[in-house]
Amino acid sequence: MTIPHTEVGPARVPRHWLRMVVIWAVLSAVAIPLIVLVLGPHLPPGRMTSEAGSQRDANTLMTALLAPIVVSVLVFFLYSIVAFRERGAAIVDGPPLRGHVPMQTAWVLFTSVIVVALAAWGSYTLIVSSHGAGGGQGPDPVAVPSHRSQDLVVQVIGQQWNWTYRFPAYQDVETDHLELPNHSPIEFHVTSLDVTHSFWAYQLGVKADAVPGVDNVAFVHTRDDGNFNIRCAELCGLWHGHMFQTGNVVTPVAFKSWISSEQKAEAPNLRYLPPFGRTYFPAPFRRAG
Amino acid sequence: MNRAGRVLAVSAGIAFAAALTAYYIVSYLMMTPPSVAASGSAPRARLTLQTVASLGFKPHPDWVSYLAKNPQGKWVHGTILKVPAHSLVTVTIYQYDTATGLRNPFWGGFHGTVGPVTVNGKAIKTLDPSLASHTFAIPDLGVSVPLKGVADKAPNQCSVAPCTLAEAHNTIVFTFRTGKRGTFRWQCFVPCAAGFILGFGGPMQSLGYMDGLLEVV
Ligand SMILES: [Cu+2]
Ligand SMILES: [Cu+2]
Repeated sequence: MTIPHTEVGPARVPRHWLRMVVIWAVLSAVAIPLIVLVLGPHLPPGRMTSEAGSQRDANTLMTALLAPIVVSVLVFFLYSIVAFRERGAAIVDGPPLRGHVPMQTAWVLFTSVIVVALAAWGSYTLIVSSHGAGGGQGPDPVAVPSHRSQDLVVQVIGQQWNWTYRFPAYQDVETDHLELPNHSPIEFHVTSLDVTHSFWAYQLGVKADAVPGVDNVAFVHTRDDGNFNIRCAELCGLWHGHMFQTGNVVTPVAFKSWISSEQKAEAPNLRYLPPFGRTYFPAPFRRAG
Repeated sequence: MNRAGRVLAVSAGIAFAAALTAYYIVSYLMMTPPSVAASGSAPRARLTLQTVASLGFKPHPDWVSYLAKNPQGKWVHGTILKVPAHSLVTVTIYQYDTATGLRNPFWGGFHGTVGPVTVNGKAIKTLDPSLASHTFAIPDLGVSVPLKGVADKAPNQCSVAPCTLAEAHNTIVFTFRTGKRGTFRWQCFVPCAAGFILGFGGPMQSLGYMDGLLEVV
């Protein structure tokens, strides 16, 4: 039995390639502005600090760059299902696949340009514009803001199971709540008194491991008032899941009044605190049953 | 064995395994540690606790522990405490353990208390962190009170819970305010778990000893 097939003249073959490119271009042209203008402002982690803002910009850029790629895959996939579906009973082997040098070259070049450009942009923001992007840089940070001496130094001390904060510019006062002044450069020095914790201040764009004996430095520049969540991001024992606090970015005036009220409240205990250090090894003073 | 016998044997085996599984699941779900209600009712309640150097009975006779007094006046080995919402809760702690000292001296200060904190009837403003034996802290309510240890050489020290007032102890009294309903953890910040790495294993990591829940109802 011969397989019946229809002869189709070359002029009547639809221009599939062109159709797909047009559909792809239209959908991408709609998706990209929607991502940048509508979705972007809601992407995490917000813009409470410059570093959080850079992280959000990175998320927006990546999502916008991904959109045309995702759209091209989906368009090709769906178009193929619709246009190239074999109708009827006969199954005929399609034409053989062959290499297409210009297409392959363009593909390699295009993807290489995207990857190298993202690497260059990522390195620039990491080192130059957002000073470590809010991440802990260890005791000797490489990506340092230009006027570091003006930073408000805040030591973050992790312990089972709470965070406390010391402010060397304010008589080394220690608090169990964190307020930060707005529009200020902040220098976190994160450490621990017992096991490894991780200081994750989500809306500030900060995540830095708190390791006993290590002074882990992270920089941020506050630029929006509001509340931020602080969590421990390193499994640290029974109440790890409860190592949660809400901090506030407030006006510089409100910060001054908060810190002075803390200094007053903590005054009776202040003389018992160890001298301010980059790290602490405070063994229990005595050992008892 | 004939066919009927095999079916019976397999069914019996499956039923036995199912019953065993159900038994474990049900007994796991029923395994709630005892909770102790505060005496009094909103807007004023009273909690009475004691801390002991060693429980003296199973399952961990040598672990340091908290105990709570129920409204009937009986000491219960449990750390799930029930207090009324929007109330002032006055806590009396009989502290029978000796001092270990705080790892972070910050917790030697009093936080989140209303009115004076008294040790053996005397109001104090802060505790020398090296004298702390335990702390009673509810971090989510901002409450933290260090508990002064009894002297190392004090005569008549208690070693089996519940301890009695005839044995060496300090009495710490303070008041805190509860807000809305909810369940909050409370804990000790002194590395008081003798025999564990950094003093923070065993009883420091176990509900019923140096950790508990405050059920605000
Ligand atoms: Cu932690
Ligand atoms: Cu303790």
